[in-house]
Amino acid sequence: MKKLINDPADVVSEALLGMEAAHPDRLRVDHQNRIVYRKEAPRAGKVGLISGGGSGHEPMHGGFVGLGMLDAACAGEVFTSPVPDQMMAATKAVDAGAGVLHIVKNYTGDVMNFEMAAELAAADAGTEVLSVVTNDDVAVQDSLYTAGRRGVGVTVLLEKIVGAAAEEGRPLQEVADLARRVNDNGRSMGMALTSCTVPAAGKPTFELAENEMEVGIGIHGEPGRQRLPLASAKEVAAMLVDPVLGDLPYSKGDSVIAFVNGMGGTPLIELYLMYNEVHQLLDRAGITVARSLVGNYITSLEMAGCSVTLLKVDDELIRLWDAPVNTPGLRWGA
Amino acid sequence: MGVEDFANWLRDSARVLHENAGYLTELDSAIGDADHGSNMDRGFAAIVAVLDETSFSAVDELLKKAGMTLVSKVGGASGPLYGTFFLRFGTALAGAEITPASIGEALKAGVGGILARGKAELGDKTMYDAWAPALEAYDAAVAGGSDLAGALAAAAEAAAKGRDATTPLVARKGRASYLGERSVGHQDPGATSTTLLLESAARTLA
Repeated sequence: MKKLINDPADVVSEALLGMEAAHPDRLRVDHQNRIVYRKEAPRAGKVGLISGGGSGHEPMHGGFVGLGMLDAACAGEVFTSPVPDQMMAATKAVDAGAGVLHIVKNYTGDVMNFEMAAELAAADAGTEVLSVVTNDDVAVQDSLYTAGRRGVGVTVLLEKIVGAAAEEGRPLQEVADLARRVNDNGRSMGMALTSCTVPAAGKPTFELAENEMEVGIGIHGEPGRQRLPLASAKEVAAMLVDPVLGDLPYSKGDSVIAFVNGMGGTPLIELYLMYNEVHQLLDRAGITVARSLVGNYITSLEMAGCSVTLLKVDDELIRLWDAPVNTPGLRWGA
Repeated sequence: MGVEDFANWLRDSARVLHENAGYLTELDSAIGDADHGSNMDRGFAAIVAVLDETSFSAVDELLKKAGMTLVSKVGGASGPLYGTFFLRFGTALAGAEITPASIGEALKAGVGGILARGKAELGDKTMYDAWAPALEAYDAAVAGGSDLAGALAAAAEAAAKGRDATTPLVARKGRASYLGERSVGHQDPGATSTTLLLESAARTLA
């Protein structure tokens, strides 16, 4: 294992120290509970937005805390969901009387821990908590009797859009409904060129030969649905875009936010090259790209590879997407 | 049979889980996210730290504290699942005389908690595939006049068979479910840790 770390056991806590030191204008960190807070939270009358999950996906979620996005993010161990105590502490801390929305990615552990936290927070402090679960990953097909689809790229877009709505002072139920609408209109598919190494494990989660790739991966270094021979960017783009397009389905005339996300180990030059391929495929399908996002936003440590997320948008969603945001990971207009 | 015996069980489990942390993580690397060993190790080490600091006067207090510790320290799916198991297992033993029958009822309550949280069914390739045959074997042994040692040994043996039977299954719950058919041929890490806990119980609670 070759990583810029001190002790594998200290990776998460030391990274949080660094986040606080780097962004004192926007963030404060509760190191005991491993919670990243927006500096000015709680804000009177504003619905509190909380997310969280395993670490190793940076900038998600701690990097999306700030004006126009999250009020708090709970950091778990690498690839391990945080615990209910953290979520409860965060929930109480950001509740300014307008209630709190939990944004949860659909992984068994995350869902269970957030459920326990919501039950405890309601029993303990009387805080009104609603939850939205993201599950946009089309790679998981037979989801009816299983744990269902994973929450991946759409989570980033959702946190931005719903963050803007909460910033406008909209009530909890409306914010939660909007969050579900975003999730319902978004789909993603990812692929990996390499595995990644969880610091505590010390070796790559899986082995992948020079001439192979994994298609249909999530964000935890887990193998995907299929192992295939390495293909060109053009072919890979089609493997990702086609199942996404067919799933919602997206149709001719739709407007989308097109999001090409890096898994952490792929340089921007390749992500832009991929974006070009994705854009052409969307053009050919008669789909208008209203906005785009290209970069490493929801990652899997140092894994090389990418995911494609499409979110079908209307004027309202575009307006909320364009609203000011000022977080370490995403910033415009503010 | 009292607080000290159950504390010994938890300490022995912590030791075994520590020894097997690499193995559990390896199993989890194949079909999950490579953290089951380190998570169980961290959670049970935290239980041992609590045992070192606190003295308990009742079995249910000890077990409930163990459950809360797992919920608070582990995260992932195994934290709420094993945490809920110990919470319900402990609650069921509150004020009860510790007998093979009352432990059997408590085990059922604990596993009921796992099902309520995890919503798994038999054959989903989860820890329940070890728990379900273990409960059945335990009850059968008690009904046949077995003492606690015999019943726990039967449960551990059945859990191990259940664990082995997860290998050919397609996972339908947890992260392994994302792999679909590719989860076939791999032993479930949760069923493996469950078997370790029951084997430890058979060694220490007799």
